[in-house]
Amino acid sequence: MPGRKKLILESAWCKGCGICAAFCPRQVLELKGGKVSIKQAEQCVACGMCELRCPDYAIYLVNEEE
Amino acid sequence: MPSDLVHLYMRIDHLPQIWCPGCGNGVIMRDVAVAIHELIEDPALNFNREDFVVVSGIGCSSRAAGYLDFNSIHTTHGRAIAFATGIKFANPKLHVIVLTGDGDCSAIGGNHLIHAARRNMGLTVIAFNNNIYGMTGGQYSPTTPNGDRATTAPYGNVDRPFDIANLAWGAGASFSARGDVYHVRETIDIIKQAILHKGFSFVDVYSVCPTYYGRKNKKGDAVDMLKWQRDNLIPTARYYSMPEGERKGKKRIGILAYNDYPEYTEEYAKVIEACRKTGGEGEEARE
Repeated sequence: MPGRKKLILESAWCKGCGICAAFCPRQVLELKGGKVSIKQAEQCVACGMCELRCPDYAIYLVNEEE
Repeated sequence: MPSDLVHLYMRIDHLPQIWCPGCGNGVIMRDVAVAIHELIEDPALNFNREDFVVVSGIGCSSRAAGYLDFNSIHTTHGRAIAFATGIKFANPKLHVIVLTGDGDCSAIGGNHLIHAARRNMGLTVIAFNNNIYGMTGGQYSPTTPNGDRATTAPYGNVDRPFDIANLAWGAGASFSARGDVYHVRETIDIIKQAILHKGFSFVDVYSVCPTYYGRKNKKGDAVDMLKWQRDNLIPTARYYSMPEGERKGKKRIGILAYNDYPEYTEEYAKVIEACRKTGGEGEEARE
């Protein structure tokens, strides 16, 4: 499916501030052990709000490989 | 593997950055990278990466010049605008972007700010305004609100704060705007407009400092501070569609004011041109 995007985590850079999880409109993310993790990937609508507001560049969207 | 944007415009070996968890500065730095990226990618414009110079002063904010992979210079406290003025004069074709903090540009560098604004020097100044001196341990700054606490104001700040966007405008800047770290897309667009503006453009970006300002003032964590921005800083279009009673206590983000005052290096070039025509003898030779 062209144009599909998926979430990538750069866990080593995550400081666990929780901004991405708090403002995700579909509750895709959660904090686990002080780091962000993906709770329900199938709910993600690839809006990119997490990437825009992550101060640490620890979460972002990429185009899924064909 | 960091994102393509981070790979393109940041010095990966300097990352992760040293800012505290939830600090808004990382968001603003990314806004600047995205704004420049979108200007470079715009086929209607003719921007190259080498056209940009990033200049910073001292403070938490000013670490950004080290992380951003452009021709960049990390200068002395309060003097980023003075260094930037020199760079702009040496090559007026450059887009010189100053990344500074509320303390750096409105206290220690307050004079440089108002005089660069008065001259309408063709710089873009982006203030990472977190209402506190973070790097040195949470002393109150010129933008700490009246009554709020800081390590140097344990009983509440007696001063009234600067609105630095209004200060720059009052001093003669030809473009003044306000952004924040919740309304990211809006703030990126404001920064793009500021870079495209020919004269002195000032963007006061409200950051969040959960570690010092937030904790001292019981503002909650970074998420709570962003929620405050969401509810109290209103993008221009929505602000003006709100009934007047609802605007009370809220601030507008967006472009606050702009005009087309002549830009300083262009005016200076005219003086040089006029002198060349008279053989450098000036008015006396003509008389």
